Amino acid sequence: MRGVTSARQQHQLAEAGEPWWRQRESERKRPNTRTSSTIPSPLCASSLKMACQALQSGESLATLKNESDSLKKKLEEERAKLHDVELNQVAEKVELVSALSIRTRRVLKGHGNKVLCMDWCKDKRRLVSSSQDGKVIVWDGYTLNKEHAVTMPCTWVMACAYAPSGCAVACGGLDNKCSVYPLSLDKNENLAAKKKSVAMHTNYLSGCSFTNSDMQLLTSSGDGTCALWDVESGQLLQSFHGHTADVLSLNLAPSETGNTFVSGGCDKKANVWDMRSGQNVQSFETHDSDINCVKYYPTGDAFASASDDGTCRLYDLRADREVAVYQKDSIIFGASSVDFSLSGRLLFAGYNDYTINVWDVLKGNRISVLFGHENRVSCVKVSPDGTSFASASWDTSLRIWA
Amino acid sequence: MTIRTIRPNRGQHYRPRMHCLQKIEAHMVEMQDPKSGLKGAEQKLNVTTIPHVITGQDIIAWLLNKMKVTQEEAEAYGTMLVAYGYIYPLQNHRKLVMCNDGSLYRFQTPYFWPTQKWVAEDCDYAIYLAKRNIRKKGVLEPFEQEHYTHLHTWLNHKWDFIVMQATEQYKAGKERKKPDRVVLDCQERAYWIVNRPPRRTHSALDYGTDRLIDPTVEEKISFDQHRRMNIFYQQAIMRSKVKSSVSLGALVKFVNTYKNHDPFLAPCLPSNPWVTDNDTYWTLNIRRVDQCTKMRVERWSFSFFELLSDQRGRDDFKSFLKKEFSGENLAFWEAAEELKWGSAAAIATKAAVIFKTFLAPGAPRWINIDGRTMGLTVKGLDHPHRYVLDGAQTHVFLLMKKDTFFRYLKSPVYKEMQKRALNPELHNFSEAQLEQNARNRSLGVHPITVWEQEEEERAKAAIASAPVDVKAMMSKIDRK
Repeated sequence: MRGVTSARQQHQLAEAGEPWWRQRESERKRPNTRTSSTIPSPLCASSLKMACQALQSGESLATLKNESDSLKKKLEEERAKLHDVELNQVAEKVELVSALSIRTRRVLKGHGNKVLCMDWCKDKRRLVSSSQDGKVIVWDGYTLNKEHAVTMPCTWVMACAYAPSGCAVACGGLDNKCSVYPLSLDKNENLAAKKKSVAMHTNYLSGCSFTNSDMQLLTSSGDGTCALWDVESGQLLQSFHGHTADVLSLNLAPSETGNTFVSGGCDKKANVWDMRSGQNVQSFETHDSDINCVKYYPTGDAFASASDDGTCRLYDLRADREVAVYQKDSIIFGASSVDFSLSGRLLFAGYNDYTINVWDVLKGNRISVLFGHENRVSCVKVSPDGTSFASASWDTSLRIWA
Repeated sequence: MTIRTIRPNRGQHYRPRMHCLQKIEAHMVEMQDPKSGLKGAEQKLNVTTIPHVITGQDIIAWLLNKMKVTQEEAEAYGTMLVAYGYIYPLQNHRKLVMCNDGSLYRFQTPYFWPTQKWVAEDCDYAIYLAKRNIRKKGVLEPFEQEHYTHLHTWLNHKWDFIVMQATEQYKAGKERKKPDRVVLDCQERAYWIVNRPPRRTHSALDYGTDRLIDPTVEEKISFDQHRRMNIFYQQAIMRSKVKSSVSLGALVKFVNTYKNHDPFLAPCLPSNPWVTDNDTYWTLNIRRVDQCTKMRVERWSFSFFELLSDQRGRDDFKSFLKKEFSGENLAFWEAAEELKWGSAAAIATKAAVIFKTFLAPGAPRWINIDGRTMGLTVKGLDHPHRYVLDGAQTHVFLLMKKDTFFRYLKSPVYKEMQKRALNPELHNFSEAQLEQNARNRSLGVHPITVWEQEEEERAKAAIASAPVDVKAMMSKIDRK
């Protein structure tokens, strides 16, 4: 009888929340949608029910595919209708950026192997970095002191994050987990003893980020999902399904509500998610290859993405479309990481050809190229007060530029 | 829960580089174009003549012309071409760089390009080394010797096969003409230098860990996935969008507002700590300062969110609210934030405290929100979850943003702040002073110490003040 969902049907609905990617084993924790910690969305439940009914008469895989294609085209048309002006036209009256004199100010040496990820602390001078050999080091970038070092039990620590309070770091990689290490002022303390395993995925961890406090952790994984975890208990609060391939990066929105985040993956899509409901709110698919990194614009109304196809693109969330492509014929190698300067005028992008390009976000041209690294640049992040940016590279060093 | 450790070989090795390799190949084809490409010459090398040899200078000049880039970029790209194995050096075959002089290079045959569909397997490498061993009568280069010994151990079970193959290939090679043999040797040697570099040197073909998705397999989308996609597209079509001129205009406006505050675009006052090694800029902008800088105070006026994000601004706003006797709004907002971002276990306790302090009729810090929101919130508090206060919190935030914030900006408190604000002088250090600064970089305060201090302050404030400081209680419940 339609309209009445029995307990069994409800269980089926929960099952239907499975990831789309069929090649994966479904052995991960199921989102606990019946507890009081998340709000079930009525639209979500009914649409899942609709989706999982068997093929109706007159429908076939081909007709559904045609419908998908035509809807996709219609969406593009709708988006194009409101597109009345290009970004560089709006920015015509903005004055040009004067020549920047950005140089390496610090070189942080200490990792024995490729540095894969880094994150700044809110105090604007400390940072944490993780590398291929499993070492996670907390540095005071200003004095070049290494303050803490942790050796993870796995190699390829691809994600690390500093807690907002500055009292802990989170990291993870090929161990499929994200662990939180509380830091201490005592130099001799063994940080690994107090380690807390928070996130558990079915494949490698590609990105992690604390939300506005030390108590929640957002992670993205190679198994195609993102998840929100409670650090204290390790409980899964919300999971986000929708990518059909590895999710390589995520970034939280800087808005006052702080309820959304964007993720980019190997399916060439960048998805915007609502943290409360777990719904995919918006999706953008204009890249030609894997998206390595996504970063919000300072206002939270736009975001940039860096991809293996060598381009960085800017997407506007309110206009719901791509508004700028930062590319050059001479840039052949993929971009691994992007970040905006404080005002949003400059876009710093690290590439696999060992360089960092500085783009003018509004006018779309490249302002300068920064050489210095001797291997791929894996991560670029601007410091919290915008005074500098740090780049991590496979040449085992980190550089701070200002 | 199973953790997958064995990754099936799906031809992954080419995946991360695939896109750039397609572009490189296009360039390589153009470079070898008989009309517009590079012209090779013959070169005498140890008695034999090798055809189609080009100099590094010519390659870089062609790149400069074709791609319209700077000298540095052309050299970097040239080195990449050599590192990936598309062009190989004749003279110093182990050093994979492009030198902008008369050094000789040759184009690698497409058979040996990285994008070919087979992997550079250990077995093939072993055959190559064995062949070389036979030719050089046991004298291999040191790194080759290392690899050879290693492979001899690991591929011991196949060793007869390997030696047999190597001998066959060696005999076949002898039958070729000398120039062809030399060229083929060079090509093969170059291929293996790129794919099996000496230990502890970095290879351009290193791409990191495999990604799980197999790009060559056609993606099979089932019918329920299509249905979900259709629903998603329909929702996306119906969603209201904003005109580009409006949203892009907002982006430009933001840039213009903040351009003087961006340390990359306008000088930091007094100076950028990373540049001059003097951290006055940071000490002036901490939370507990008496006088703030002009830039900081100006930034508070840009938006309510900016004011709240800066702790000093928030403190100032709080003191203004105290004068107006309307501090409960901000206190409620802070408490709701603590609830939203706090630990799951503490939700129920915090919700109860908030109800008692802010929402219950006759509460000590009763907030004034409309009846409907109040009703919904109180009802939700029966079964508190993380987002139970969202409605009330948004209402209060908007109230503060649209009304209180503007009154604050016009208030004597803020105006006083602006008048007293410092405008630090731009530092002008001499070379000697800069060196001095570099030697005396200050250590600053560790964030853990700052956090502990703040906790103590909050605890003290909680004890001292009445009504109850909700924020302190929240943090204490969290930290327990």
